[in-house]
Amino acid sequence: MNKLLSSVAAVALLGTACTAQAQEKLKIGVVTTLSGPAAVLGQQLRNGLQLAIKDNGGKLGGREVELFVQDDELKPDVAVSKAKALIDRDKVDFVVGPIFSNILVAIMKPVTEGGAFLISPNAGTSNFAGKECNPNFFVTSYQNDQNHEVMGKYAQDAGMKKVFIMAPNYPAGKDSLAGFKRFFKGEVADEVYVPLNQLDYSAELSKIAASGSEAVFVFLPGGMGVNFVKQFRQAGLADKMKFLSAFTVDESTLPAQKEAALGFFGGANWAPDLDNAQNKKFVEGYQKEYNGAIPATYAFQSYDAGLLIDGALKAVGGKTDNKDALRAALEKAPFTSLRGNFKFGANHYPIQDFYQVKVVQVGDKFATSIDKKVFTDYTDPHAKDCKMK
Amino acid sequence: MNFVRRTEALPIAIFLVLALAPVAASFGAETYLLNLFTRVMIYGIAALALDFLCGYGGLVSFGHAAFVGIGAYTAAIFGAHGVSEIAITLPVALIVSALFAYLTGTVCLRTKSVYFIMITLAFGQMIYFVAGSLSPYGGDDGLTLKLRSTLFGFPILQNDRALYYAVLLFLLGSYLLLRAVVASRFGRVFRGSKENPTRMATIGFHVFSYQRVAYVIAGCLGGLSGFLLANATEFVSPSYMSWQRSGELIIMVLFGGIGTLHGAIVGAAAFLLLEDMLGGITENWKLIFGPMLVLIVLFARGGLLGLATSIKERLSRG
Amino acid sequence: MSFTLLIVQTLNGLQFGVLLFLIAAGLTLVFGVMDFINLAHGVQYMLGAYLAVMFYALTGNFLIALVAALGAALLLGLLLEFTVFRHLYDRDHLEQVIATFGIILFLNQGVKVVWGAAPLSLPIPDMFAGTVVLSPGILYPVWRLMIIGSGLAVALILYLLVTRTRVGMLVRAGATHANIVSALGVDIRRLFMIVFGFGTMLAAFAGVMIAPILSVEPGMGDSVLILAFVVIVIGGIGSMRGAFIAALLIGLVDTLGRSFAIDILRLVMPPSPARTVGPAIASMLIYVLMALVLYFRPAGLFPAKGR
Repeated sequence: MNKLLSSVAAVALLGTACTAQAQEKLKIGVVTTLSGPAAVLGQQLRNGLQLAIKDNGGKLGGREVELFVQDDELKPDVAVSKAKALIDRDKVDFVVGPIFSNILVAIMKPVTEGGAFLISPNAGTSNFAGKECNPNFFVTSYQNDQNHEVMGKYAQDAGMKKVFIMAPNYPAGKDSLAGFKRFFKGEVADEVYVPLNQLDYSAELSKIAASGSEAVFVFLPGGMGVNFVKQFRQAGLADKMKFLSAFTVDESTLPAQKEAALGFFGGANWAPDLDNAQNKKFVEGYQKEYNGAIPATYAFQSYDAGLLIDGALKAVGGKTDNKDALRAALEKAPFTSLRGNFKFGANHYPIQDFYQVKVVQVGDKFATSIDKKVFTDYTDPHAKDCKMK
Repeated sequence: MNFVRRTEALPIAIFLVLALAPVAASFGAETYLLNLFTRVMIYGIAALALDFLCGYGGLVSFGHAAFVGIGAYTAAIFGAHGVSEIAITLPVALIVSALFAYLTGTVCLRTKSVYFIMITLAFGQMIYFVAGSLSPYGGDDGLTLKLRSTLFGFPILQNDRALYYAVLLFLLGSYLLLRAVVASRFGRVFRGSKENPTRMATIGFHVFSYQRVAYVIAGCLGGLSGFLLANATEFVSPSYMSWQRSGELIIMVLFGGIGTLHGAIVGAAAFLLLEDMLGGITENWKLIFGPMLVLIVLFARGGLLGLATSIKERLSRG
Repeated sequence: MSFTLLIVQTLNGLQFGVLLFLIAAGLTLVFGVMDFINLAHGVQYMLGAYLAVMFYALTGNFLIALVAALGAALLLGLLLEFTVFRHLYDRDHLEQVIATFGIILFLNQGVKVVWGAAPLSLPIPDMFAGTVVLSPGILYPVWRLMIIGSGLAVALILYLLVTRTRVGMLVRAGATHANIVSALGVDIRRLFMIVFGFGTMLAAFAGVMIAPILSVEPGMGDSVLILAFVVIVIGGIGSMRGAFIAALLIGLVDTLGRSFAIDILRLVMPPSPARTVGPAIASMLIYVLMALVLYFRPAGLFPAKGR
């Protein structure tokens, strides 16, 4: 009934107040994972965007913002249904999300065909970077392969001879190890795929110990990484080989990994101590707002998504009705990213720098810290397959 | 006479509401509501099939989502190869589901009660892991359908409303089919096998083969539901057949009122609408939903329908 | 596939099996004696872990945390028994499944509200933090050996309790002829309470012991619960001996399958498809095993007599 009234009201308003659109609230949908073990990542995503809006005085592009946060429950069909609700019931102009690649694949069609812009602050699958690139889809994070490539490049440059690599048995896991091998030319001791959400790595750890590798490279996001890091340390392997990883030791998992992860390496496009004034303000603001938690990449990329929307909307005078103008504005990335260097490639994925990061202790907390820049202005390897322009 | 009319009234009302819902939806957020109710009806078909097994045959399957997954994957895999013709894909989906039901039924039906629950779970998990390893078809990430199924080359399901009514017809068809089966001689033997299998065997019925046929029927309907689900969400993933989904189907059946058939539709609607509504109120909606399940079991024997009946009785008693 | 690797993996399998046994033991007791399917049993395991983390943060002493967590888990378990489960014993299995599933939803979410969604961890007590050298270059964490040892000890205690004490006798009798036991004047409600409380403590104990190895997070009991059900069904419901043997079997099959499936498949197919198919087959193994066992022995390996 409410909905009915408000749509009647909207129709009535249209007649009299065509120019008043700038005063109307900007509607942004958020599709993120808020239940289950991965909820902590989804919360970072939501918090980052909320903080961006708060830092902008509750506005983006000069318009008050109304957020519609939806929990995808990490179930693709639930995500599809919630995305459709955002488009159709709530009439959002932007959807920000999701965390997971399989959810992205599922909601791409309903969101972009429904006329909204989809901005992914995390998942960046290879298909949408290449052949299936989409004019209404933007990514403020990275292409999924890239952080793994950082580690591959690092291992290669450091002259490592033998590395043991491991990832979960799902498409992102396969992309991960492929990305690592694209740059690492030494011997791969073994390439292991574990079931998604495996908790006990005793079997794999024995194999790693027996392999005589110089380093291990793993992609084990969320709880998987927490378990693996603890068990790796307990098995006494941390003193025997280097630990290279992507999405395995970050600020979302470090509160549980603590000392066990000290000195471990990761590949990333950002770290909380990245040196610029805006980033410093963001990290401090986030800690103040969310009980002292240090933001992870999920939060920062989502914050950037908020800045992107803000900048692009300002460029078109806060109007969302001309999609082509808005798209052109988004493509220019008219904002200063927390990571510094940032622009979009032709496939709407970022061109940016990548770093090797290392886990350090900050007071009584743990965080990643920039160790070394590995790539400069790096374009993802799939961009050439994108026919858009 | 009065009694018959009253038992008929509810199913008729349910289908009338479903038939008219799109008209009401056109005043609000149409595609969203259509989408939601399409999902309700699709899960309704799967829940109907499960109610037929549990409520009439005492066969509690904890792996029914496997059939939903098989149906969905058949549609999606054909779609990935450019075949979206219903006249081809639907029969194949049904045949594959039936085959899977026949084979696993042959094994599962040797066991009873809790062992049956667990062995159906085992087969559900196996097919779940198989789907997750289908890397050409997306593996764990799932697979997007390029377009919805077509009938003789016409994209009749492309329109959400057309899809809605197609699903409604399938739901009605499934409901009428199962009612006919339950009322038939076959159905009486099947029901008897729940009450007293030994007696049925002594009378001379080969209970096992009756149960297996029933299992195949339920499996086919599960496959049908999956086929429609793939078309509605235009997406399939292994999560369609996780054990949690099988559990949700059981909840739907019990929610509405077990052993009534139309209760399963009510249960599916109640479950999905509640999930949607509570999810809109708070992200911690499970804090509300969990205790609700407990309360329904403790105080509403016979599910929502049972609750409605007992309230009515209490009121009429004065 | 060296010999030492096989030994290490066998130890890992044993450790996993022992953990499953701790959970399955309570489940099979409750199921066998009360004919009550308690899906919320996995939640007890999760609560055990969370409570241990909480008490450890308060006291900084693992042993105190262990004892306090067990006590608190017992109280919570009895509270649940008193308010909900007690009303479910004479319901059919389906209703028990739904109601206890509701409890899972509530507590999984509740844990998230109370302790947050981020995974937590519990450090290994310093005494057991090291590793032992099995052979040159192959280390094994002491804590995992502790889990195996304490699990086997619990199994032995359980065996003595069930076979040598009066309560144990009643439990055995209750598993097959609950109504006759009741008719003989035994307070069956009290027996149920004891059995239930004991099962709860065992699950919580498993949760505390595994917390230093696994991350403590909402929903951590769900997957373990399913495996525990697989165990008690293979073992035969109500049979402690069956649960013990089935738990070790599942632990070994799962661990060894995961580590050697790909190597074995590589013997018969090229490495790349072997890598794809291997993990899927390894995940399926225990379910295949369960289906096989039930096909040949529809009531499990050690069916409790009389049902």
